[in-house]
Amino acid sequence: MSSAAHSSHETSPDLLLELAGITKKFGPLIANDAIDLKVHKGEIVALLGENGAGKTTLMNILFGHYVADEGQVTVANRDGGISALEPGAPQAALDAGIGMVHQHFTLAENLSGLDNIVLGTEPIFRLKRDRTKARAKLDQLMSGSGLNVDLDQPVHKLTVGEKQRVEILKALYRDARLLVLDEPTAVLTPQEADSLFATLRQLAATGLSVIIIAHKLAEVLAVSHRIAVLRGGKKVGEMQTSDADHRSIAEMMVGREVPASRRTERAPGAPVLHLSGVTIDRGDDRRSLHGVSLTAHEGEILGIAGVSGNGQAALAQLIAGLSKPDHGSVEIFGDVITRFDAHTFAQNGIARIPEDRHHDGMVGSMTVAENIAIEDVRSKEYQKFGFLDFAAIRKRAEHAIKDYDVRCPGPDAQARLLSGGNIQKLILARVLEKSPKLILANQPSRGLDVGAQSEVHRRLLEARENGAAVILISEDLDELLTISDQICVIHAGHVSSAIATAAIDRSELGLMMAGQSKIDAQHAATIPTADQGETR
Amino acid sequence: MEIVDILLAASFWEAAIRIATPLIFGVLGALVCERAGVLNLGIEGIFTAGAMAGWMAVWLGAGLWGGVLVAALAGGFFGLIHAILTVPLGLSQHVSGIGVTLLATSLSYFTYRTALPDVSSPPRITPFQPLDIPFLSDLPFIGQALFSQTAMTMLALVLVLVTGWVLYRTPLGLAIRAVGDNPSSVEAQGLSVYGLRIGAVVVGSSMMALGGAFLTMSAFDAFFFGMINGRGWVCIALTVFASWRPGKALIGALLFGAFDAFQVRLQTEVGAFLPSQVFLMMPYILSIIALIVVARKADYPKALLVPWFKGQR
Repeated sequence: MSSAAHSSHETSPDLLLELAGITKKFGPLIANDAIDLKVHKGEIVALLGENGAGKTTLMNILFGHYVADEGQVTVANRDGGISALEPGAPQAALDAGIGMVHQHFTLAENLSGLDNIVLGTEPIFRLKRDRTKARAKLDQLMSGSGLNVDLDQPVHKLTVGEKQRVEILKALYRDARLLVLDEPTAVLTPQEADSLFATLRQLAATGLSVIIIAHKLAEVLAVSHRIAVLRGGKKVGEMQTSDADHRSIAEMMVGREVPASRRTERAPGAPVLHLSGVTIDRGDDRRSLHGVSLTAHEGEILGIAGVSGNGQAALAQLIAGLSKPDHGSVEIFGDVITRFDAHTFAQNGIARIPEDRHHDGMVGSMTVAENIAIEDVRSKEYQKFGFLDFAAIRKRAEHAIKDYDVRCPGPDAQARLLSGGNIQKLILARVLEKSPKLILANQPSRGLDVGAQSEVHRRLLEARENGAAVILISEDLDELLTISDQICVIHAGHVSSAIATAAIDRSELGLMMAGQSKIDAQHAATIPTADQGETR
Repeated sequence: MEIVDILLAASFWEAAIRIATPLIFGVLGALVCERAGVLNLGIEGIFTAGAMAGWMAVWLGAGLWGGVLVAALAGGFFGLIHAILTVPLGLSQHVSGIGVTLLATSLSYFTYRTALPDVSSPPRITPFQPLDIPFLSDLPFIGQALFSQTAMTMLALVLVLVTGWVLYRTPLGLAIRAVGDNPSSVEAQGLSVYGLRIGAVVVGSSMMALGGAFLTMSAFDAFFFGMINGRGWVCIALTVFASWRPGKALIGALLFGAFDAFQVRLQTEVGAFLPSQVFLMMPYILSIIALIVVARKADYPKALLVPWFKGQR
């Protein structure tokens, strides 16, 4: 597809913002290469691109966090004229009516929503605060936009969706004319995302302009008017959303054809891991499991869907052998496990792809080769007379680098210098080379770009073909629906029974993730839990 | 009972408040720094510098309130060093703080010895005198316990109210509390993270120095080596005890003062049976116990000890 920039807007009097020839270099890396972008009043523009395409850099320049090496930003003034935006000054961007909602919220959690919104909008050296006007204005904004939040609650008590609403209100309170949202749906359930999009559409209709930074296609197709695609720091395409086509944009983003992950039908084999009625009570739903029962079979990918912080971490720890259940039993190939430690589980053929790959998946200061061998230093393969056999370790690493296409200077490179995608490939190489019986993959593709993501999926499907059981914990519904055979939903430490992927209704899944649709208590019934004690 | 008699005496409470005064200054100062996200372990040295600078200024003829001002400036100077090292440069707050303590202590001793090379005991000044407020000082009990303290103790008590007001009732306090929890929240709203943090550390350090100045200009009348004797470190612990709140800081300091005043009186009662060191330990042991009970639930400012750099997120 050619970059079909719509020229109908070129001379439009509605132009709000223009980025012209923005170039930004970080050392040898060109993060932004002569990027042009226009935003009109009341328009929702989606800025699409993979990780490292330069989207966030561009927005940070707009907001004054970075100063561009070349190019300039001009904004239509409120009175109709046009002026250049002072570079490197967040205050100037705020004054021009640009509000940014960062992916990692910039809220002080110890303060109330109201305090966070008002912060910095009043003269700082004053003896008293007056909140009546602020409150009146916010009440009006909330009723006009449907962004309802209890503003007197300390932010740490709000849900993620509510925090995001506070962030948006923060911008609107400052009379923002342009709202920039960086990956706004990454932390939301599908329902929350839909409601966010409805709000944005409504705000755009009243004249607010919006830029959404995203790497998921489906959602920007639903909400935006126009799409601009960045790749490798360059703008590679721009089109009206109505003309856009899913597949061609994906290729535009990645720069090559993306192999679609396909699951071939396959009958599941014997059960590998069976949990029955497992309860781990830590007094906090984020870290507890309540009467969880599930079974992972050979040659099957079992997806665990859920919004993060609903007990996934507790489940992952349990399956890795890092914690011991208070009640219930864990069976591996039919044997009841009595020793709960990582070594026992690893001996039984359980391998893990940890959630935080930088922190738990590798040792940054050690070399690539050492990181590949690190879980098996006790095995004879890497030893000679009781000492480590570095020649063998290097040889193994060289194979892994080649087979798994780990882009790095060599086996002796420090692991922390690798990119996220390459670290994940390193971990895949370490895990899969052992031909594990069960792979625990916790958020294996989070934060990876489309190319690396499809590589992770291909490898997991390949392991499944070879008869391994895979437990895939993920927040990404697309990922779960594409590669899992069955899906369970985890919410507040409860896990639903498995549903065949083909039989799943997407919106029902979203409701279950949000805890609005009752997770069936069939498993929980086998063992009395605190919740049930109350209902009896 | 003797113990009850001790606790009911006005002189006991008078001593408790007097002993608590330098701690009130110190805890408030530490609290202001930490609310902005900077741990200031320079406190012990800043106490020493405040004690030395205030006393020496008065000895050189500056007048008592002139001495207080000089002490505050000295504290602010060392606070600025700590702030520059830890805020824009982002160095370890522990290392920098201990460095400031060593520097400020040594520099104070050095100045003292250079100015007074030959004396065996330091020259004495006329310190702040107990107030005699009409009517109030004549009230029974509270007149002696509270209204016959020196002006610096009154200043400390007023400072509790001022600090509380600024932190919880003004836009500046809001910004300080925000920058100690999530600096990005402050930057995103167009305020300067560095400005707020440096300002808080400088002002907090000035307050700490007043605690030292109280010792040489109110409690005693001269400067001695080693006279701070760990009071700064006690303040760091009391800040946690106080959950970073000025009102609780006052309670914590008074509690410590009361323990200390109590052990002195207990010594005269039962000193025959137990060695005096046991009594000297008492306020510290009781503080540790109180700290264990309270601090287990302590709600630290989230960005405490975490350096923040512009353009990095």
